[in-house]
Formats: sequence, C-alpha cells, structure tokens
Amino acid sequence: MVTVGAETSSLRVREVTKSFRPPGNGAASRLALDSISLSIAAGELVAIIGPSGCGKSTLLRLIAGLDTPDSGEITIGFEQISGPSAERGLVFQDPNLFPWLTVRRNIEAGLVARGVLQEKRDEVQKFMELVGLDGFADAYPHHLSGGMAQRVALARALINHPKVLLLDEPLGALDAFTRMRMQDEVLHLWRGGRAERAVRVRPEIVSEKLLRLWQSRRTTMSLVTHDIDEAIYMSDRIMVMSPRPGRIEWTIPVELDRPRDRSSADFLRLRAEILEHLHFAGKSASGNNGS
Amino acid sequence: MTNALEELPQRAVAANGHRAGAENGLVAPAATAKSRPHTLLLVPVAAGIALAIHFFITRHQLSAGQYYWLFLFIVLGAGLVGAALYPFFSGLRERMHNLSAIFAAAILLLGLWEVITSGLRLLPLPYFPSPAAILDSMINDRGLLFDSTWHSLMMLMNGYVLGVIVGLISGVCIGWSSSIRYWGMPVLKIVGPIPATAWIPLAMVISPSTAVSSAALIALAVWFPVTMLTASGISNTRASYLDVARTFGAKESYLIFRVAIPAAMPNIFIGLFMGLGASFLTLVVAESVGVKSGLGWYVSWAQGWAEYGKVYAALVIMAGFFSSLMTLLFKVRDIVLVWQKGIIKW
Repeated sequence: MVTVGAETSSLRVREVTKSFRPPGNGAASRLALDSISLSIAAGELVAIIGPSGCGKSTLLRLIAGLDTPDSGEITIGFEQISGPSAERGLVFQDPNLFPWLTVRRNIEAGLVARGVLQEKRDEVQKFMELVGLDGFADAYPHHLSGGMAQRVALARALINHPKVLLLDEPLGALDAFTRMRMQDEVLHLWRGGRAERAVRVRPEIVSEKLLRLWQSRRTTMSLVTHDIDEAIYMSDRIMVMSPRPGRIEWTIPVELDRPRDRSSADFLRLRAEILEHLHFAGKSASGNNGS
Repeated sequence: MTNALEELPQRAVAANGHRAGAENGLVAPAATAKSRPHTLLLVPVAAGIALAIHFFITRHQLSAGQYYWLFLFIVLGAGLVGAALYPFFSGLRERMHNLSAIFAAAILLLGLWEVITSGLRLLPLPYFPSPAAILDSMINDRGLLFDSTWHSLMMLMNGYVLGVIVGLISGVCIGWSSSIRYWGMPVLKIVGPIPATAWIPLAMVISPSTAVSSAALIALAVWFPVTMLTASGISNTRASYLDVARTFGAKESYLIFRVAIPAAMPNIFIGLFMGLGASFLTLVVAESVGVKSGLGWYVSWAQGWAEYGKVYAALVIMAGFFSSLMTLLFKVRDIVLVWQKGIIKW
C-alpha cells in the first residue's frame, strides 16, 4: 500500500514539446520546450533553475494541466494528465489570493471548489496553524505582507493534499530574510508539517519500508527558482535548464544532510560548481557573439 | 464669523453661554475632543440669521408662510440641543464636526434665496417662489405628494430590479462565453445606446398599460449599463485567478460564480450606479409623458396650473428621494465590497 502510494505520486515528463505563436499575424511560432524529458520520484523535491525565458514556467503550466503540450506526455504515477486537477497544486510568484475572500476563505477555496468543505472543515484550522496564520483568519489579503500572503497561497494549495506541488518562483518577490525563513517553512510543509527530526533518523537503524513510508508522506515538489542558494538549500536534485528552446541541460544531485548549513564547505563547493557551470555557459555564448 | 456674531439673535447668545458652562463642567472630554466652538455655533447662528432675514422681510407681508419660521425654529433648536449634548456623545461630536459647516451653508443659502425672491424681488413670480412658499406648498399638498412619491418608488423599483436581474444575466453570459459574446455584443452595442425614453412612442403602442410599459422602459434603461459593465468585468477577470482555481479542481460553475463574478463586482457596481441614474431620468420622463401618477406627473401637472411652489416642492422631494436611493446603493456596495477597503479610496 505504501509502495503504491509512493509510486502514484511520481512525476514523469516524456519528450514534451511546446511552442507558442506570438501575437501578431504571420509571426513564426516560437519553440518554448524542445522534447524535454524528466522524472521526479515520489516525495522528491527537485529544483529547476535556468535563465529567464527558458521555459521553466511553461513546463510547470504543462504539468499543472493549464496548457497542453504539442507532443509528448506527462504522467503522474501511471496516469496521463489531461487537464488541471486538485492533485497537482501550483503556487505562483504572485500569491494570487482572491482579494474578495478573507484568509480563512482563501484557504478553504480548494475545499469549496471540490465540494468537500463540510467534511474537511477542521483541516482549515490545521493548515492555518501549520503556516502560522491562525491570528489572521479574518484579514483580507491586502492587509498581509508578501511572506504571509505566500504562506496563505501555500496553505491553499496544500489543503487539497496534492500529489505534486509545483512552485513557480514562490519566494521570488520576498526580501532576503523573509525568503530564508520561508524556505524553511516550505521544507516544513514538504515533510507534511512534521519536525526535521522525523526525517533525520539514521537510515541504518530504520527499515527500508519505514523510510519509504516517510518518503511517501512527503509531497512531491518541483521548485522553479532563479536563486542557486535556494535550490541547493532546499532540493534533493537540481536541474539546470537551457534557454530557447528549453531543455534539461544538467542534473546535479544534492547529497547534503538536512537541515543544511548555507555556509558549510560542501554547500559552498556545490554552489561554486554550479556557478562555474553557468558562468562557463555564459562565457562561451558571449565569446560566440564576439567572434 | 465676526459679522455673524454681531447679528446674533438673543437666543443664540444665551445658548452660547449655556454651552460654555456645559463645557467648563467637563474639562477632560472637551480637551480630548479638541473643542472647536465655531463648529458648535455654525448651525444655530445660520438658523438665527435666516430667521432674522425672514422676519425682517415679511414684517409687512400678510402671506408670510405658515411653516417656514417654524422650520427655522426647529433647526435652531436642534442646533442648540446638539451643542448642549456635544460634550457627552462622541458619535454626535464627530457628526457635528463633519456636517455643521455644510448644514449651516445650506441654511444661509435659504436665507439668501429669500432675500432674492421675496425680499428684493429680483426674480419674476410665479416662477421663482420664496422658500417659505415652497414649504407651504409641500405641507399643504402632502397627501398627493406622498402618494406620488409612493407611486414613483414602486414604478422605479419594478423597473430597476427587472433591469438589474436581466442585465446581470446577460452581462455574465456575454462576458463569459465567447459564442454568446459574438451574437450578443452587436445587439448590445446597437440597441443599448438608444436612450430608453426614445422608445416611448413604440412602448405606448405595444403595451396595454402605461405602468407596464414605463416599468419596461426603466428596465431597458438599467439593462444597458449593467450588462455592459458586468460583461467587461467578467471578461477582464485576471487569468491567473482562474488558473489558480483550476489547479485546485474548480469546475466551471465555481469559476463563474466564485471567481469571475466576485472579481467583476467593482465593475458591476459601477453599472448599478449608472443604471440607477438612468432609471431616474427614464422614470421622470415616462411619468410626465404617459403615466398619470408619480412625481414626474406631479411636476408637469403643477406646472400646468402654474403652481410653481408645488413644482419646486416636488423637485425637493425628488432630490431627497433619489439621493436616498443612491446612498442606499452606496451602503450596499460598502457591505459587498468591504474587501476593497484599503485598496481603493472611497
């Protein structure tokens, strides 16, 4: 049962191509994603980094089902996706809270949309506490700071218990301090609201099965970000995308123990490695332009 | 202010002393409320001046008006009572700070009007009666005026509610569905801008009763702005709101009723306000042309008998009636759009 649960929330993108026709007559359509393939294991947190316009957001919109690919397929578990659904949550850089609803009603929105508010009403309180907003239940979104608004957006997406949570630069608009605090909060939510200790049990003293249980309780997450530190701090794996047309250029596993120390030697080494890679790519591009 | 104080009647001076005494007894609240004596005195002083004008002008006239002086005395008394209670109620205090000046100005304007009309006789009679004469007309003819106001209200409500319901439905359909927009928008764009009153000849031919046709015309006048603004509000719903709702499993009914319509609400209210304005116009025209009741009918009827006091009395009632309805709609908006408080200035 556990194994099934784990497998059904894995994500596979196979040879997906997507192009857009820019507005205006006769303009040639632009290839945004060129037969991109990737897979994310159940409970895994994968960061996708890359320059602006490399199709990261397009990829997330395709996985969310808001757009349809030109070719290729996207599966969650064994099921091919065919449109948006509550099993794939999406959080944008702009929290996009409904300004006409209070914080509580915004969080409830997903339950209302699925018509299950009556049965799940106590979860609303649980999620408000989880994101530390129980004092703001009746506030309207414009009274909230950027970080608080984004927490509401996360709670609103998580209350549906999505198999996959897609994060499109969710912390991009926050200041550096709020951002670091929110990174911990997102990790906290990723673990299903349990403390760090629960997942830091030494693997050699727990059974394989138990480990997988923890794994499956986590939400599969895909985090699009501009911030290399954020990617290293949070993710299990980092995928680097190249622009125009977007494809996965490089995948780096992040094998650091959590909670991660942003100033540890391993952290910095990994950071330098990624920077070097990106810098090298940039230098060769400018060199081509120059010659 | 200094001039006003010189002309101050005996009563107002006495009241001033009374108020000062009341305030001396309560130092603390007066200090917190930042007492401004002139806001207290504005209304009684203005009423006193208007009374002085009235008695001076009408001292040799036989038909001085039965009620106007009484009205001014009531205003004076209310002003004094307000000044006396001023230190005790913070709500009253705030209200007086806000309203005293504008209220006093209105009363002084009445005085000025009396000087121009029955004092200096600058304007020809019977077209421009004095405020005293208008108040007399209003009170003497109160039965018919009340009846007319009631008929107008019923007619307006029937037409407005019908127009709003149909307008909201057609607006949501046109705004949401592109195929309905394709067929509906041309109709809206061509038929909508025709003033509803232009249909009066046709409406008289078609409809069995003028009441039904008038209500239908009002509904038509309301329908256009409500539909137009609702449709544009719905179709301009931020795409990201709809995307977010889709990612938590929203069906189309949720997208329409829980996302698009709330998002369009500010626009819808602009349509409701425009519709209300259009409904007043259509009501008055329809009543003066066809229907044999209501304030519009009353105005043209009184004008036919050259009783301009009654014409103005009806206009005053219309002003109060229509602005009350506007205020009511503002209150509804404040409740429905409470979430906008702090985002926009209102």
